[in-house]
Amino acid sequence: MKKLLTVLFAVCMILSLAGCAKKEEPAPAEVFDPSAKSEGVMTYAEYAAAALGDEVVVEGFVQAAQSYWNGAKLYLQDPDGAYFVYCDGKGEDVDISEDDFAKVVVSTDYSDGWVGQGTGAKVQVKGVKSEWSGEVEIADATVTVLDSETWLAEAEDVTALLGKDELADKMNRFVKFSNMTVEASKDADGNDVAFLYNWDGSGTPGSDLYFNVSDGNATYNFVVESYLCYDGSEVYDAVEALNIGDVVDLTGYLYWYNGANPHITGISKK
Amino acid sequence: MRKILLSFVSLLIVLSLFGCHGSRGSAAFEIPEDFDETRSYEITFWAKNDTNINQVNVYKKAISDFEDIYPNIRVSLKLYTDYSRIYNDVITNISTNTTPNVCITYPDHIATYLTGNNTVVCLNDLLEDEKYGLGGSEVRFDAPKKDEVVKEFLQEGMIAGDYYALPFMRSSEALYVNKTYVEKLGYELEDIISWDKIFEISEAALAKDGDDNYLVNGQKVMIPFIYKSTDNMMISMLKQLGAPYSDDEGNILIFNDMTRDILYEIAGHARSQAFSTFKISSYPANFLNAGQCIFAIDSTAGATWMGSKAPLLDIPEDQLVDFETIVMPIPQYDENNLQMISQGPSLCIFNKADPQEVLASWLFAQYLISNDVQIAYSKTEGYVPVTYKAQSDPVYQDYLNADYDEKEHYQVKIEASKLLIDHISDTFVTSVFNGSASLRDAAGSLIENTCKSARRGESIDDAFFDALYEKVTSLYHLDQSSAVSADRDLGPLPVTSKALLSVLAFAWICIAFYYFRSIRKDSR
Repeated sequence: MKKLLTVLFAVCMILSLAGCAKKEEPAPAEVFDPSAKSEGVMTYAEYAAAALGDEVVVEGFVQAAQSYWNGAKLYLQDPDGAYFVYCDGKGEDVDISEDDFAKVVVSTDYSDGWVGQGTGAKVQVKGVKSEWSGEVEIADATVTVLDSETWLAEAEDVTALLGKDELADKMNRFVKFSNMTVEASKDADGNDVAFLYNWDGSGTPGSDLYFNVSDGNATYNFVVESYLCYDGSEVYDAVEALNIGDVVDLTGYLYWYNGANPHITGISKK
Repeated sequence: MRKILLSFVSLLIVLSLFGCHGSRGSAAFEIPEDFDETRSYEITFWAKNDTNINQVNVYKKAISDFEDIYPNIRVSLKLYTDYSRIYNDVITNISTNTTPNVCITYPDHIATYLTGNNTVVCLNDLLEDEKYGLGGSEVRFDAPKKDEVVKEFLQEGMIAGDYYALPFMRSSEALYVNKTYVEKLGYELEDIISWDKIFEISEAALAKDGDDNYLVNGQKVMIPFIYKSTDNMMISMLKQLGAPYSDDEGNILIFNDMTRDILYEIAGHARSQAFSTFKISSYPANFLNAGQCIFAIDSTAGATWMGSKAPLLDIPEDQLVDFETIVMPIPQYDENNLQMISQGPSLCIFNKADPQEVLASWLFAQYLISNDVQIAYSKTEGYVPVTYKAQSDPVYQDYLNADYDEKEHYQVKIEASKLLIDHISDTFVTSVFNGSASLRDAAGSLIENTCKSARRGESIDDAFFDALYEKVTSLYHLDQSSAVSADRDLGPLPVTSKALLSVLAFAWICIAFYYFRSIRKDSR
């Protein structure tokens, strides 16, 4: 009987202790806001309003990058806009270490097929807003990798903006072009071909790939930038396999060179 | 017996030490007695073009024609559009011994390649070999002889006293002028323009109307003076002033007061935005052709892009403005002592284990300076053949003097070529050494940084230049460059060194002897 009583008391005590315990309120989870900026950092709207030549401080998420050895040009984006961080490859224009660069791209194995896919790492960039042949970019930049969650943009379909001035508002963003038809380019012998190595066909495999696509109204010249997507990468091979008349969806970064000159990173045949 | 053994061992050690001196990763190339035509050879040629399909076609035809002459040699072509990428690839491939056989390059880059052991073939003997040298008796095509190569251009391939590069094409820089706008501004152009005058006209071109349009072109954009290659700009200005830049020993002399004076001058015109550069603004040709630039300095090898009727265009045709384009020497400080840089691609040959393969490479390189290739390639841009033989060829003379109504005879391109031909004796090159490529980059960087800071309204004063000199020295490792030894045989060791090594060897032997003797004693 005594044993039974003891066990009963013990159970009561345990239950009472459990009842007394204050229920722990879970700490409110910090919601990740990819639009949030550190103190003193410009919003995209402030950056867009800044004059050329102004010093700027921005934060964005690395969507892609050209090879470190070719200048480590960075394609940044946040939910409000995009930025292109320029480097001429001689170490003067972008101050980012090789170690930090490895944190912002998925791979630094620069063998055939390398693609400068970004990890979505957040970086802070201090530099000067500049323009080169219509491309608005940040030059003389110092890049700091921040301790933050990553963020990658969804491609925004801008097909309807082709040929319109509003397209420039999307400059440098990750974009999509739908139902585009591959148009002929002329090779050195005047033959119709689906793509060219270099703008005039003066390159060889490994050079930039240029090809024409039409939205039904006009023809546009797109490029697979060879420092962003090496020969042997999926997109490079896919463009080499294009035929005139193919209908394709394309994704890439809305680079500018005397007009829209998207750096294509993805292509799918319809 | 023990003494004899000891003496023998010490002799071996000393001899082995001598053997280490000047050891090489691969043997130096020696010309074979005969070219073995019973064998087949596969050689690689890494070539650079100016993103110009016509140049690619010249390379392809040259290879095809050469293979017809030498059916046992197959040449595979790899194309590049910038020198720095070839340079990077060569550096990468030196370590894996997978360099090309023949490569287009700059002598500055060869100076770096030479830091490897016998990586690049020394051309001294090849140039003069009776059988396989330039125009040699066993060469199967009409090749130029050594004295038919333009002397100044051949000299440019000399590094540390030896020939390592064969000139392929030569160009210089030219001033492409919108004469229509110069005259609209009320100026007359002399045959040679001074730096003062070009800056004066450039400043005058900045006048605007009440709607913020530039008076001279009625547009919102006008950059009166754009220089493509700011490293050439600095080097040329220093040369014209007789100011130091570097010397043959690889000493860096650029950081002097005359450089500072030049930068002060440039800063003023960068601040007003009368002057800009390719890196800051973009290609001079694009602005010139759109009527947004009056003075564009670029290579003579970029002439086909210059002018509103240029065969090659990089801007939409609806942006073109009609104007008269003239070609002049770059601005000068002393119009009686013209100085313009000589540049352009050279050829180098990489060493291989098989001397026959190297000889096949040499024959191909030699073919590239034969008349057919030289004339065809020079027609693609404002290049000049590197041989007197090609320059005097009736086909080339006809090209220079033909009517100016075809794309091939585009007037601006022809004038650019003639500019260099007429001024070959006024051209110069800078010293080549391990680090000269970095110094060249640094020279341009001084101008670029000065321009950027001036445009941003920063103070340009002595403190700015002190900091800039320090930054550029560090960034381009200019405190680490050195003259090229060109991997020459270092010769026998000096007697003092031999004596010192012998003493060291003897000391080690004594130590070993004492050690083994003590072991033997202990074991007893």
